[in-house]
Amino acid sequence: MSTTLTVEHLTIGLPEGADRPFAVEDVSLAIEKGEILCVVGESGSGKSMTANALMGLLPPGVTVKAGRAMFEGRDVLRLPEAEKQALRGASTAMIFQEPMTALNPLMRIGEQISEVFAAHDRFTQAERRARSLDLIREVGLPDPEKIIRAYPFQLSGGQRQRAMIAMALALEPKLLIADEPTTALDVTTQAQILKLILDLREKHGMAVMFITHDFGVVAEIADQVIVMREGKVVERGKAVDVLENPQHDYTRRLLDAIPTGKLPKARVLSEVPALEIKNLRKVFRTGGGLFKPVREVRAVDDVSLTVASGEVLGLVGESGSGKSTLGRTAVRLVTPDGGQVLVGGTDLAALSEEELRRQRNKVQMVFQDPYASLNPRQRIMRALTDGPITRGVPKAQAQAKARELLEIVGLGADAAQRYPHEFSGGQRQRIGIARALAMEPDLIIADEAVSALDVSIQAQVLDLLRELREKLSLSILFITHDLRVAAQLCDRIAVMQKGKLVEIGTVHEIFLAPKQEYTRQLLAAVPGADWDQVQVEPA
Amino acid sequence: MWKRFRSNIGAMIGVALLATVIVIALIAPLLYPGGPWQMVQRPFLAPFSVDGLPLGTDTLGRNVAAQLAYGARVSLLVGLVSTLVALLIGVPLGALAGFYGGYVDEGAMRFTEFFQTIPNFALAIVLVAIFEPTLASITLAIAIVSWPPVARLVRAEVMSVRTREFVDAARLAGLSKPRILIQQVLPNTVSPIIVMASLMVATAILLESSLSFLGLGDPNAMSWGYMIGAARTVIRTSWWLSFFPGIAIVITVLALNLIGEGLNDAFNPHLSRKGKA
Amino acid sequence: MSIIVAILSRAGKAILTLLAIAILNFFLLHAAPGDPAVVLAGEAGAADEQMIEQLRERFGLDQPLYVQLGKYVGGIVQLDLGYSFRQGAPVAQLIAERLPATLLLTLTAFFISLILGIALGASASARVGKPSDTVLTTLALLFYATPLYWLALMAVLVFSVWLGWLPGFGYETVGAGYTGFARMLDIGQHLVLPALTLGLFFMAVYMRMTRASMLEVAQLDFVKTAKAKGLSPREIRRRHILRNAILPVVTLAGLQAGQLVGGAVLTETVFAWPGIGRLMFESLAARDYNTILGVFLVSAAMVILFNIATDIVYRIVDPRIGARA
Repeated sequence: MSTTLTVEHLTIGLPEGADRPFAVEDVSLAIEKGEILCVVGESGSGKSMTANALMGLLPPGVTVKAGRAMFEGRDVLRLPEAEKQALRGASTAMIFQEPMTALNPLMRIGEQISEVFAAHDRFTQAERRARSLDLIREVGLPDPEKIIRAYPFQLSGGQRQRAMIAMALALEPKLLIADEPTTALDVTTQAQILKLILDLREKHGMAVMFITHDFGVVAEIADQVIVMREGKVVERGKAVDVLENPQHDYTRRLLDAIPTGKLPKARVLSEVPALEIKNLRKVFRTGGGLFKPVREVRAVDDVSLTVASGEVLGLVGESGSGKSTLGRTAVRLVTPDGGQVLVGGTDLAALSEEELRRQRNKVQMVFQDPYASLNPRQRIMRALTDGPITRGVPKAQAQAKARELLEIVGLGADAAQRYPHEFSGGQRQRIGIARALAMEPDLIIADEAVSALDVSIQAQVLDLLRELREKLSLSILFITHDLRVAAQLCDRIAVMQKGKLVEIGTVHEIFLAPKQEYTRQLLAAVPGADWDQVQVEPA
Repeated sequence: MWKRFRSNIGAMIGVALLATVIVIALIAPLLYPGGPWQMVQRPFLAPFSVDGLPLGTDTLGRNVAAQLAYGARVSLLVGLVSTLVALLIGVPLGALAGFYGGYVDEGAMRFTEFFQTIPNFALAIVLVAIFEPTLASITLAIAIVSWPPVARLVRAEVMSVRTREFVDAARLAGLSKPRILIQQVLPNTVSPIIVMASLMVATAILLESSLSFLGLGDPNAMSWGYMIGAARTVIRTSWWLSFFPGIAIVITVLALNLIGEGLNDAFNPHLSRKGKA
Repeated sequence: MSIIVAILSRAGKAILTLLAIAILNFFLLHAAPGDPAVVLAGEAGAADEQMIEQLRERFGLDQPLYVQLGKYVGGIVQLDLGYSFRQGAPVAQLIAERLPATLLLTLTAFFISLILGIALGASASARVGKPSDTVLTTLALLFYATPLYWLALMAVLVFSVWLGWLPGFGYETVGAGYTGFARMLDIGQHLVLPALTLGLFFMAVYMRMTRASMLEVAQLDFVKTAKAKGLSPREIRRRHILRNAILPVVTLAGLQAGQLVGGAVLTETVFAWPGIGRLMFESLAARDYNTILGVFLVSAAMVILFNIATDIVYRIVDPRIGARA
């Protein structure tokens, strides 16, 4: 095997005023022909900067300070811009994280692919078209003749990512850099794209640098692994070695945070229901103008389920499965079209607006986006006391309670006097949890509450939730797309698909003996999954 | 925020220019106690030809410098008040449309679109012509033609803030809808409104001067546009009579635009004029 | 197909808007201080008692308000915009005579400002922070702050009075008797200053917008994709950034059409350009309300046409619009 790319002592400087002087410090790596190197790290680790530097795509102000990157006998970091440009798209190619925004919305897919040929002056018009069709076929898109004329908005996320890959492959690059290419996709789509990349590597023998934050993905595709943290390499080695025998503490923490193959032991559940959802239905209608047909989406289609007092019920499904709508309907942010939402004997779905406001506290929610879930113009104290004071709790008492809750979620009472922007994402989620608790709810609905966080922060917030579950015997409806997260926290799991409840059961039943085909598919798609060898945590 | 604004050279120039204009407007009665209409010398005196009349005299022998100082009062007053009135119409309308959606939105937006389709300067002319030119009718006419962009901006901002999760959280806290709109949503739309308002004052000053230029100014108030309009026929012989009031308008409007841009850059550092960080 | 439907629905909306303006006009006439008949006659004809009586009868001013409204709006639907007693001719005829000059002026100014504005904005954005960008943005800021009519006067002063390069007044050389190409050239010479001074302000607007929009689009992900494909910076700007950045500028141009038509009143006044704006100015002093309101209605109709045109352009450029329906 020959080495495709060798990076030695790469150091990338950040502009003045950044929170640290170097984005990447003294990073060395090598990728063999036909090999997949996974660069793993959390946000801010410098993994994407490394990739951008190799492509010559560093943002303005960010510069290579030292080191070299040998590719085809030349140092690509020091090439004149014109030669860098000639390499891009021809010998090196890149695909990005967000398929929704990475394609030009105003250009047909065919144009965007053949543009690669045009940029490098290859082939005639007719040949470019023929080759574009071949590429579309090769990345597994249906009906190439139609796709070539389609605009990006007419394609799904997975299809767009395939189109991106087709562009990257156009000129048979020797090196493909993939920057979190599956992070924005559903698990089943992610599994398909990962398989596609593996197949293409096999067929074309290119070297792949695959950037990810997810060790599950690493387990699926990596030959070699580099773990980065704050711009430095903390661990490197063969994938099997790093996964099974991590040397560095940080790597171990990352691996622990996604414990596929481990399930918590079952707890004894109460018989008393905290939440009963009966035959819940919600239909969204769009369009319906003079010339537009009405389109109906059954977001929640006759779903019934129960969350026992003190239980954590996981609600999993892919995007569009209706799991979030179910959650929002259960707190009556969305009014259902039919069915009941019973909390402590009250049907929230049937309450009048006025009555509802008085009973709001019974179910509270922890939201997904830590940056949007707190009003940037209000102090934390306001966020935590507005609700209780509206309910009639005396101000002093509400404030004392708020300070106490901030202690409980691990932030300290001083946090009350500060504004949201002074907190990190993980800290904001803690505030969100405290805000929900301040209302003394019967049930908390956590809607993708840890999805926006880095894995290690995710683990901390999950720890907090587990702790609160014990301490306050909280009942939680935990909505997530990530089965691995659900496995860590939940007592039972409900699986949704296209608005319907597919299966519901204890964690052990769902993971070890799934009854439905769809559940099996979901489990199989989880990156790095190997549920056959699941162990149950010792008591 | 404030620090970013202060480090913006253009904005600081704008503040300095505007402050000068404001001071001149405030002390005009002290500088020229005789008022802008008083005849002080022979007509058509060129600038710097007679001591004490640095900008010369007009067709009736009135002091051009005094006219400019008093004109500043009219421009600033009309610009400021008409913007306030436009905000009073546009903000509530846009906020209700954006927050409540549905039929409220549909109705409010049809109404706004209608006013936006009408050529605004032509409507201002019609309104002032029909209701007789007074400072009040001019101010009101400018406000009536200026509010639609405010309503659209506020609506768009409210719609975007409304979908943020902290608004859902406020609903779950049991806050009433009006309270959520006023306490949670509107405070988060203030910065773009401030930026737009500063630019609107500039546009209003331009509109007022244009109306006065056409002879639709308040006959009892000296204004820059009126000065230019009155001097139009003598431009071949006495260019300075149209030139100086025009410069005064450019300076004032430029100052407000610079401040508006500075505020915009300060509020949205990531979209600053430099483009990339 | 979707474009035709869109145009039809826009046309329907346009007719409703014009009807609403007609109704607005009616109430404005009645809101004017004084006897409506006197108002209609305008100051010029006010002396004649008999004529006012005739007017009262003709417009049924003694009948209930809604009957009057019906008559008024009915008249407008048949393109009867009333009679100008001051000019001694039907308003519709006056406007029809003057409309071509206004269309020539506004369309020329519109295209000059849009094309130059986009071109300059794009080139400024390609040189962000460099001296040429600073010069362009500063000039734009200056033009943006300059009153149209004053700029027009100064242009007359410099280019016509002092330098004598271009005619500063009128539509064509009166009495020269040019025909054919010579006449076109003559009109073209007369058009230069009015069109440029009217267009400069809007050019500044479109330039600033294009520049800002280009810089914003340049940050989007697909531009990075284009770079990763090996496209040259020039091609990226032309094929990817400009195409996307132009959409908001087109929208803005549609919204600004109203201001352009309004600005024509000022420009035509300064240059004695025989268009409907000048007609409106002449009618102001005479309080010839029928003519003022007639011009107002027609200029609104022009704005609506501009809007429909930009809407069609937008639909052609952006494939997402039609398909979303």
